[in-house]
Amino acid sequence: MTVIANTLIVFTILTGLIFTVVTVIGVLRFPDVYTRAHAASKSATLGVIGILLGTFFHFWLNEGLFSIKLLLGILFLFITAPIGGHLLSRAAYLSGVKPTKHTVGDDLAEVVKQSKRD
Amino acid sequence: MMTFIWVSLLIVILSMLGVLYRIFRGPSTPDRLIALDVIGVMFISATALVSILFHTAFFFEVILLLAVLSFIGTVSFSKFIEKGEIIERDRNR
Repeated sequence: MTVIANTLIVFTILTGLIFTVVTVIGVLRFPDVYTRAHAASKSATLGVIGILLGTFFHFWLNEGLFSIKLLLGILFLFITAPIGGHLLSRAAYLSGVKPTKHTVGDDLAEVVKQSKRD
Repeated sequence: MMTFIWVSLLIVILSMLGVLYRIFRGPSTPDRLIALDVIGVMFISATALVSILFHTAFFFEVILLLAVLSFIGTVSFSKFIEKGEIIERDRNR
């Protein structure tokens, strides 16, 4: 029983660790703000959810403590981290940060110009 | 098992240090804010791993509190960048 529990814990924590390392590589190597926000908001969220699930399974299966607080933390992070990424990239666009040269289309520029004219 | 938790805590702390490079070098302010958001999220996972290592359940409140404070900081900073003020004045008065 404890072997199965430890396998589950190691699997979830390892998934979280892989996504955390992928976040660091994305934040360090991507060329502009929007791709960095893409890397940061998605994979950092999945990484912390994996590690918190591993902690939850460890306290539930090995120490006999069913923790509602960890589940609430997972739910809160799952809701709020993409909202934070969206607000940051929106603020970056409206404050005039340019995307890279490889960007092909910019549909938001016409909308912003239209709303400034009105 | 405990060796695995120690190694994963080390990896999380090293990735926090890696993201710190983006705070030093970021060309614009939203770059630094994204890096700070990522550091807050990684701090939550480091706290979870420390609570496994110490065999205690008293750090779960710290996890919830860090999540709430990181979200409020991100929202207020992005609102400051976008509009220049965080709490707007009431126009009907």
